[in-house]
Amino acid sequence: MSQRPNSASLQALPARRAPALGARGAGALGKGLLGIYLSILVLLPVAALLSKASTGGTHAFWREVSNPEAVAAIKLTLITSAIVVVINAVFGTLVAWVLVRDEFPGKGIVNALIDLPFALPTIVAGVVLLALYGKNSPLGIDVAFTRASVGLALLFVTLPFVVRSVQPVLLELDLAMEEAAASLGASPWTVLRRIVLPTLAPAIISGVALSFARAVGEFGSLVLITGNLPFKTEAGSVYIFGQIQDENLAAAAAVSVVLLLAALLVIALLTFALRRRSRHVL
Amino acid sequence: MFSSGAASISPSSAGRVSGPSPATDTARAAHRRKLGLRTVALVYLGLLLLAPVAMIFYRTFEHGLEPVWNSITAPNAEHAFWLSIEIVAIAVPLNTIFGIGIALLLERGRFWGKAVLGLIIDLPFAISPVVVGLSLILVYGKTGWFGDWLSEQGFQVIFSIPGMVIATAIVSLPFVARETVPVLRELGTDAEQAAETLGAGPWQTFWRVTLPGIRWGVVYGVVLTTARALGEFGAVSIVSGRIEGQTQTLPLYVQDRFENFDSTGAYTAAVVLALLALGTLLAMNLLTRRTRRKAEG
Repeated sequence: MSQRPNSASLQALPARRAPALGARGAGALGKGLLGIYLSILVLLPVAALLSKASTGGTHAFWREVSNPEAVAAIKLTLITSAIVVVINAVFGTLVAWVLVRDEFPGKGIVNALIDLPFALPTIVAGVVLLALYGKNSPLGIDVAFTRASVGLALLFVTLPFVVRSVQPVLLELDLAMEEAAASLGASPWTVLRRIVLPTLAPAIISGVALSFARAVGEFGSLVLITGNLPFKTEAGSVYIFGQIQDENLAAAAAVSVVLLLAALLVIALLTFALRRRSRHVL
Repeated sequence: MFSSGAASISPSSAGRVSGPSPATDTARAAHRRKLGLRTVALVYLGLLLLAPVAMIFYRTFEHGLEPVWNSITAPNAEHAFWLSIEIVAIAVPLNTIFGIGIALLLERGRFWGKAVLGLIIDLPFAISPVVVGLSLILVYGKTGWFGDWLSEQGFQVIFSIPGMVIATAIVSLPFVARETVPVLRELGTDAEQAAETLGAGPWQTFWRVTLPGIRWGVVYGVVLTTARALGEFGAVSIVSGRIEGQTQTLPLYVQDRFENFDSTGAYTAAVVLALLALGTLLAMNLLTRRTRRKAEG
């Protein structure tokens, strides 16, 4: 999911390929151990999930997914995630812009703190948000147990994605092009729309895709602040958790597969749009 | 990436084209715009990120140090802390060793299905922690694939430490591999080839040439892995059974205290975790600065 292997760095590779050190250094034994490790950690669990979701056939799968409470939870998760990534696209780009193009005291600290939502345990994120936006809010804003709290928690945990994917591209972007456009009479808005945003678009989109996947699966930060009220503030992941507690594993597996597919579909669509666009430009 | 194309355009100066007074006007407008954007960005970050985090520190210490100390030394809190450390101490080294192996395969290996390996590594980023927990129940739980066989052997995975370690290892799997791959690519294979020509064996080449070359990338990955492993909540919450004083990690303890209206206990544990997160950020920052200095010097 990293976007580093771009064409420029691939071309920088020496033409002659060295003997595959990975193959020789790790050896057959190493490869075997790696295979077992990945099977235990990823392949086996995913296979078990898919098998559970499909045991009853499409009919059973559909019955679990179309349960009204499940539908409400899936809808809440998808709609809130969509809103959150749009806000992320706008504010993430803005924050990246300010961090790259602006100078002010304390900028280094602000830049370092952007990653805090990645480093902070999700349950702590929930507690932290409740301390300011909960029952005893010193600001008088109490979003606890409302749908807004779902959005707030998701905004918090996905904050770094767009900022961190846009920042390096903005650093590389040459000021000369913008200055040339401005000197030819383009307004700041035109420069932004015609020069800056088209260059940043791939980075924004890949940040948005990662944010969306994360938002759809987010659990820890929602547990305390949303109150998990069915049909109101219960997100998809929280619904899955409830079904596991009730030992209704088939329902949990079916909804898991739906959310997983939704996340993968959005990533695939955005990647596809990105490829088409870049081919168009080049 | 774009600099080569744009470098031919010489930096223009708007002032020369138009008169001095419109130029200062434009400059002033640009300055105002910059200030406006800065304010919006900082207010957004302040309200979403800084103020909530500052608030929790205030709330924790508002009644003095004594209640905080009592919360820290509560037996369940201490147990949760050491259990978290224990799980991290198993999961992180495993992911480090295998992460380096995966990175070597992804970057240096040539085999069928390499793209698939890349996808498998990234999968934990796309899967919800709750779904990770669920799939572990489906494999190792009492009605799961290996449930009967495991209970015959008298080996418990779910609701005990092995399951919690596996869950933690899954969610923190990608970091070391993902941070090491670009460093490996940048390192190239010249030095390795030279070592081999001079008669070094594969292991010797790895320990003496490759590993020293990629060590800071690996360390960066380890820092991210540790932070993720220490804070994991959803997957561990499901496979642990959350038994107080037994399978309760520090993040689970935060939830437990909060739901039992012990806000000081919850805030104190949360602050301990927040401090560890801030330590992680500091380590990340120092490491990036180090690599950047190396790249420049």
